[in-house]
Amino acid sequence: MKILVAVKRVADPDNANRIKVSSGGDAIDASGLEWKINPFDEYALEAALRLTENGASPKKREGEVVVVTMAPKEAETTLRSALATGADRAIRVEAGDDDLDGRVVAHALRKLVEEEKPDVVLMGKQTVDGDSNQVGQMLAELLDWPMATFAATLRQEQDGSLLVGREVDGGVLSLRVRPPCLVTVDLRIVSPEGVYSSLTDPSFKYNEGVRFAPLPAIMQAKRKPLTVRPLSELTDVALTTKYTKFELPAKRSAGVKVKDVAELVQKLTEEARVL
Amino acid sequence: MSNVLVVAELDQDGNLRKSTLSAITLARKAEGALGGGFDVLVLGANTAAAAQELTTFGAGRVLVCEDASLAHYVAEHFAPTVAEVGKGYKLVVATATTFGKDLMPRVAARLDAAYAGDCADVAAEGGKLVYKRPMFAGNAYGYCELSTAIQVATARQSEFAAAEPSGSTSPIEKVAKAAPSGGAARVEYVSLDAVTSERPQLTEANVVVAGGRALKEKFFEVIEPLADALGAAVGASRAAVDAGYAPGDYQVGQTGKIVAPSLYIAIGISGAIQHIAGMKGSKVIVAINKDPEAPIFQLADYGLVADLFTAVPELVSALRARG
Repeated sequence: MKILVAVKRVADPDNANRIKVSSGGDAIDASGLEWKINPFDEYALEAALRLTENGASPKKREGEVVVVTMAPKEAETTLRSALATGADRAIRVEAGDDDLDGRVVAHALRKLVEEEKPDVVLMGKQTVDGDSNQVGQMLAELLDWPMATFAATLRQEQDGSLLVGREVDGGVLSLRVRPPCLVTVDLRIVSPEGVYSSLTDPSFKYNEGVRFAPLPAIMQAKRKPLTVRPLSELTDVALTTKYTKFELPAKRSAGVKVKDVAELVQKLTEEARVL
Repeated sequence: MSNVLVVAELDQDGNLRKSTLSAITLARKAEGALGGGFDVLVLGANTAAAAQELTTFGAGRVLVCEDASLAHYVAEHFAPTVAEVGKGYKLVVATATTFGKDLMPRVAARLDAAYAGDCADVAAEGGKLVYKRPMFAGNAYGYCELSTAIQVATARQSEFAAAEPSGSTSPIEKVAKAAPSGGAARVEYVSLDAVTSERPQLTEANVVVAGGRALKEKFFEVIEPLADALGAAVGASRAAVDAGYAPGDYQVGQTGKIVAPSLYIAIGISGAIQHIAGMKGSKVIVAINKDPEAPIFQLADYGLVADLFTAVPELVSALRARG
């Protein structure tokens, strides 16, 4: 199986409360924050690796995993670490954040998918900078493919279908999708029983979370193919989402510490009046 | 002639989900800029009761697409009809539940429209709509304009109050189901493993009691009596869910549910950034935690530093004593 994984680098989400807004309010200032791979995309890569191996012998890869990003050259660090983790090839589409919106990204990815012809496209359900949650769904529609969003579990069946457990508001909704198809992943896809390829024994359990690249793999990743494509080769769709202003939310200040349960109940009743 | 189309969400039994009323509130705000009014589109296999209920909110028309293939929500079956009907509007909206978040970007692509997801507000500026969106896990707001002929948006439920009935009665009209998209032949609904509960829905509750990893295997034993005493919904931190102490759809946070109740009680929750993103809109926040340095205390209105295994039962007794 061939899988295309779309990834984006984002400002360190663990320090997102240090985001600032430029003095004119016209830009986000994330200076001082490290670049990290978008966590959901990192989980999508892990899911792709699990789908292309027997979990018990992960050194032998079955199929191909191609990672793609749309970003300036510095983002090749993100691609190299994906290659070190196990991806086979990488594509960087030369573009700055100001050249992209969800619709442009979806159109550019469509062209890449048509060229690469993967069986499955995997990506995170959203990037945690823009929190837009749109590219996967848009891409599936542009390709006229079936999709399963917010996947918490993935089971590859013997006929190649994917049984996907989607985390929805009322519980878990299961869909069966047949490749070519698109899946966006949620947090729990990287749980020990999140993903099973048809080669992995159903009793096998992964370690919680994503795998890390061993040192030799980091060296080898430098020799794996990484191609660069100009955005203009992939789409001529114009930007149609324009951010005109940013602001920080009103800060919530710490209230009071109460000494015991009796005082808490009294405050909630008499001061906050919520009981 | 209406310029805004609201897509309604029904549950498995055909009942109208209250979340729909937040999208109606967004539509009412947007029609100030766009003129006209709004219509509502209901899709399902059993729509009569929901359609009837939707006639009371001032919609120009309530459009109904009833078909056996719409019994369960599957985007590839719903999106073509929503897009076909949506062609006649300037703005197509739903609420940003997992239904709206799954469906609407797909609809947008079909309409060659730009999409503003999970909006906290919408306003008219110079005849244009400006969407206010939370970004970076709620650590910033961005204001954006869309320049496509048709625009698609979803409303964050906690930011748009449920619409009240308007006093008028809208006519109901049937619309045809569009052919499913090509991908529909390769997707099959298997099951919905629904979490059933007598409690209020997490996103609609007036009071939420949420537990963290500190509760361990005693999550429900400690939290449920308190939720019962307050008529509250139960939530959980990601850490508690990841550890298996609470089910996934209890998760409050950036990637779980966004809640804004009158009272939020965080029990044994330290207050990670992504959790705070899901509850900081609550009117009153109470934190009970053994660790006086826990970040949750930096935004709690009332903090109690105590061992939750003794403090929570004590709180339950105190609440019961009040009657």
